[in-house]
Amino acid sequence: MDKLIIAFIRPEKLDDVKAELEKIGVYPMTVIEVKGRGSQKGITVSYRGIPVTIDLIPKLQLELIVPEEKVDQVIDAITRGAYTGNPGDGRIIVVPVESNVKIRDHYKEISS
Amino acid sequence: MAAVNPGDTAWLLSASSMVLFMSVPGLALFYGGLVKSRNVLSTMYHVLSAFAIAVIAWVIIGFSIAFGSDIAGFIGNPLQFLGLLPSEIPKVWSGTHVPTLIYVGFQGMFAAIATAIIASAIAERGKAEAWMLFSLLWVLLVYSVIAHWVWGNGWLSKLNALDFAGGMVVHISSGFSALVLSFIIGKRKFVKTVEAVPHNIPLILIGTGILWFGWLGFNAGSAIAANLDAANAWLVTTVAAASGALAWAFMTKRETGRPSTVAYASGAVAGLVAITPAAGYVDVIGAIIIGALAGILSYYMVNFRIKKGWDETLDAWAVHGMSGVWGSIATGLFADPAVAGKSGLFFGNPYQLVPQIVGTIASIVYAMIMTYIIAKIVDAVVGWRVPEEVEKVGLDLPELGEEAYNL
Repeated sequence: MDKLIIAFIRPEKLDDVKAELEKIGVYPMTVIEVKGRGSQKGITVSYRGIPVTIDLIPKLQLELIVPEEKVDQVIDAITRGAYTGNPGDGRIIVVPVESNVKIRDHYKEISS
Repeated sequence: MAAVNPGDTAWLLSASSMVLFMSVPGLALFYGGLVKSRNVLSTMYHVLSAFAIAVIAWVIIGFSIAFGSDIAGFIGNPLQFLGLLPSEIPKVWSGTHVPTLIYVGFQGMFAAIATAIIASAIAERGKAEAWMLFSLLWVLLVYSVIAHWVWGNGWLSKLNALDFAGGMVVHISSGFSALVLSFIIGKRKFVKTVEAVPHNIPLILIGTGILWFGWLGFNAGSAIAANLDAANAWLVTTVAAASGALAWAFMTKRETGRPSTVAYASGAVAGLVAITPAAGYVDVIGAIIIGALAGILSYYMVNFRIKKGWDETLDAWAVHGMSGVWGSIATGLFADPAVAGKSGLFFGNPYQLVPQIVGTIASIVYAMIMTYIIAKIVDAVVGWRVPEEVEKVGLDLPELGEEAYNL
């Protein structure tokens, strides 16, 4: 059974995460530019005496469909690539995939 | 007092407006397209703010430093045209047939774009108020002084150094200043390489087109008349830009197997820079060679900078600085006496190379030393860098309270 892994990471860590995933032989992924905030309600930078709140912080959302037995490895790899130790490193979500249809293969089936 | 010539004046009014268009918005678009989407407005604001500050500084005292009566060959009398008081300035600028005020305006557009070019060095990390203080000091202490040496009866003009439209004054001075400033401000954090990753290439290409268009005013306007020199400058400028664009695109194709639009744009700018000092003195064949070699030279200089890990982010040094050096030397090689009576080495006059090389070295050394001092002062007074978190999330929102692209 395949799983969908959704990871929210820092934009500047994408290359590190990709490198870690390649080490374990995982290549396919979708990357989406998103904005969001965590439990700290964005970040506040005290700047020129005026606090500036950045409510929604730019992040990247990664989506990977992987076989169940690979899930733990992929979570570890993303964690290694995305970690800085500061708030805002992101999170990883795993959800079940009901079906996973490859259009090119499926077309052959329905047209034969 | 000479009379105002309507043709010359109409052309200089137009040319000045074209040079304004080069910075606002040409250079702002060019630089803005080269940076990441969350830094585009801050980068454009660097260009726009430097432009505005330089214009004000220029009309108050900069013009007088550059074009006041010569003091020891080094600067003009800064008090002579202070504030451009109508009772204190001539109606018609001496040696021309244009009103003094549009001469001031035309030269002021040069001062402003030269200052704005240096914004390359602080892209994606520089604090706006530090940059604005730097711009004010730089345009008065570096630009106006070198402009005096070359165009204001200073020591370089007495040596007969040829700089038609500002190879030394504008491009060498700004390019090498950008290199020094990039060392003082330090590299960007949170990037993998010192290469700029463009977020919007069509913006770069629109900016390039506007720069090219404005450059025709920049170079052909430098004749300060609607005459034969202006026509020569117009044509060789276009020709050199075209050959620079093709040369850089060719070099990129040689390296990667494909040309690129950013290569074309960079090459066009390199060609425009290199022809700037030569525009009034060389013929079209000379211009084709000058432009092509500028494209090739600056292509290698960009690679050299990246290999060295110098974060002079948008390549003011590699393109403006180095093609400015090449153009200034090339003026002493390709000047054709049939164009405007000045001969270079290839037309039997090796001596023209001496003032060209002296002027080039003097501009480089003076710009680098003064920029070092000014940048250090700005660092001590204001501090150059935005906080780390700001650099991480992009400068636009924290610096300006705006985002270029909203959800």
